[in-house]
Amino acid sequence: MLLLAFDTATPAVTAALHDGERVVAAATSVDARRHGELLAPAIATVLRDAGADRRDVTAIAVGVGPGPFTGLRVGLVTARTLAAALGVPVHGVCTLDAIAAAVSEPVELAVATDARRKEVYWARYRRHDASYHRVQGPAVSRPEDLARELTAALPVLGRGALLYADVLTHQPGPLDPDAAVLAEAVVRGEIELLAAEPLYLRRPDVSVPGPRKPAL
Amino acid sequence: MSRREVLAPGGFGNNGAVTDEPLVLGIETSCDETGVGIVRGKTLLADAIASSVDEHVRFGGVVPEVASRAHLEAMVPTVERACAEAGVRLADVDAIAVTSGPGLTGALLVGVAAAKALTLALDRPLYGVNHLAAHVAVDQLEHGPLPQPCVALLVSGGHSSLLLVEDVSAGVHALGSTIDDAAGEAFDKVARLLGFPFPGGPHIDDSARSGDRAYVDFPRGLTSGRDMQRHRFDFSFSGLKTAVARWVEARERDGEPVPVADVAASFQEAVCDILTRKAIDACRTRGVEHLLIGGGVAANSRLRALAEDRAATAGIAVRVPRPELCTDNGAMVAALGAELVARGRAPSELDLAVNSSMSVTTVVA
Ligand SMILES: [Zn+2]
Repeated sequence: MLLLAFDTATPAVTAALHDGERVVAAATSVDARRHGELLAPAIATVLRDAGADRRDVTAIAVGVGPGPFTGLRVGLVTARTLAAALGVPVHGVCTLDAIAAAVSEPVELAVATDARRKEVYWARYRRHDASYHRVQGPAVSRPEDLARELTAALPVLGRGALLYADVLTHQPGPLDPDAAVLAEAVVRGEIELLAAEPLYLRRPDVSVPGPRKPAL
Repeated sequence: MSRREVLAPGGFGNNGAVTDEPLVLGIETSCDETGVGIVRGKTLLADAIASSVDEHVRFGGVVPEVASRAHLEAMVPTVERACAEAGVRLADVDAIAVTSGPGLTGALLVGVAAAKALTLALDRPLYGVNHLAAHVAVDQLEHGPLPQPCVALLVSGGHSSLLLVEDVSAGVHALGSTIDDAAGEAFDKVARLLGFPFPGGPHIDDSARSGDRAYVDFPRGLTSGRDMQRHRFDFSFSGLKTAVARWVEARERDGEPVPVADVAASFQEAVCDILTRKAIDACRTRGVEHLLIGGGVAANSRLRALAEDRAATAGIAVRVPRPELCTDNGAMVAALGAELVARGRAPSELDLAVNSSMSVTTVVA
């Protein structure tokens, strides 16, 4: 088997290949504004580094957010189109789950990423059977509201916690998802597989025009 | 040796064979239409479209985030529909072309990412192309090789441009464009004023059929005096739109009924008069004998009639693709892509960026 995994729901553009035994190639860069430019070259790079042909890929796993919409969609449309063209299945993984999968303690924690507009995307986890299980979320909240919700200074992993370390208890560790970790968790069956559907959590920002205003 | 010399004449087809009739898949997502077209050379094989226009109606205009979400959902089904329509497999495609600008950034990104995914999966070259040049190239699918040079008048809800096209595969020269609203935008705004739903163009066209074109003499922006020196081939529709609004409001204030058909006809006449007058002027000034009209507003019946009248008088031949090729679609992107392959133009890199304000002088990004 050869699993191609990637995530674009945070400032990180991260891609990895897993052959069922181990991660055979990985590439990550952090640039919140260039997902569309960086993802395809990152996929080409991991294929080349692994000496693999695109036709060797047997499955795709993609982070489905939550995350800023524009970057998130780059990952999802890439995953869906690649899967359709290669004739392989595509699995979705909650991006917050992928961040939690990078650590093994404490037993209870939360993960928060930057949702912009002074809010964070977050979820809460409890560890048992060697992996974290999401017990609350994903949701989008203001950091101060999340702090109230979590109580008792629960450690919070991720860039959203670092950004709002004044109100959240930032747990040192990975800030963004790593596709190598994501791929490993999928291969081991230690992460929930979802449909490759975006977790937007917010409605489109639109306003219905009011009654016509005079031209003058 | 340059890339051009390596490949010319004729691009690379399947198995590296040089071909003038490449099978090209084109993707268009610059606004609210998800378009996937497939052409072989200048022959149209498929033109699949999914539109999110219904989702924008209640907002009175295209909402970028709504359009982008719809592109993501429509992309794979539309690619599959295009392949089925054309009777080809993705593996048969020689090259992928995609609109990389100008347009809505978030919407463009979905199409470009999908095109890159196809490029990766099929190991074929990628062409990130200019949306406006694609509006020009599409006419080859209907009327055969483009007469070059020609002047192109592109009018839609997103653009109003006069272009000089000497070689659509190499670069297009901008003669002028709107300095405020696009022509289609003016149609939408006036339609709303007159109580028609979005998009307003077809409603104005219908209503105007029973109206008096000379009922109100609305202003023609940038058509006289100093404006003609500085903005000879530019357009301005903002003043016209405001003039219509003032006229209608004055009527309403006086408690008089608004003669909708007459206002629609008078407004439409002003727009079409400006567009055709400047287009013919551009042809004459540049000694060009062919005028091409494209974009959604090209479907307007009065614009077509007036352009043909005035062009005939000036000894200029007019080409207008059929309406479904005038509005945004994937076939136009594929048509330009096929031209680029056949002419041996260098493809784009995999780190291709979208450019919401791409200059029309850039054909391949
Ligand atoms: Zn257009």
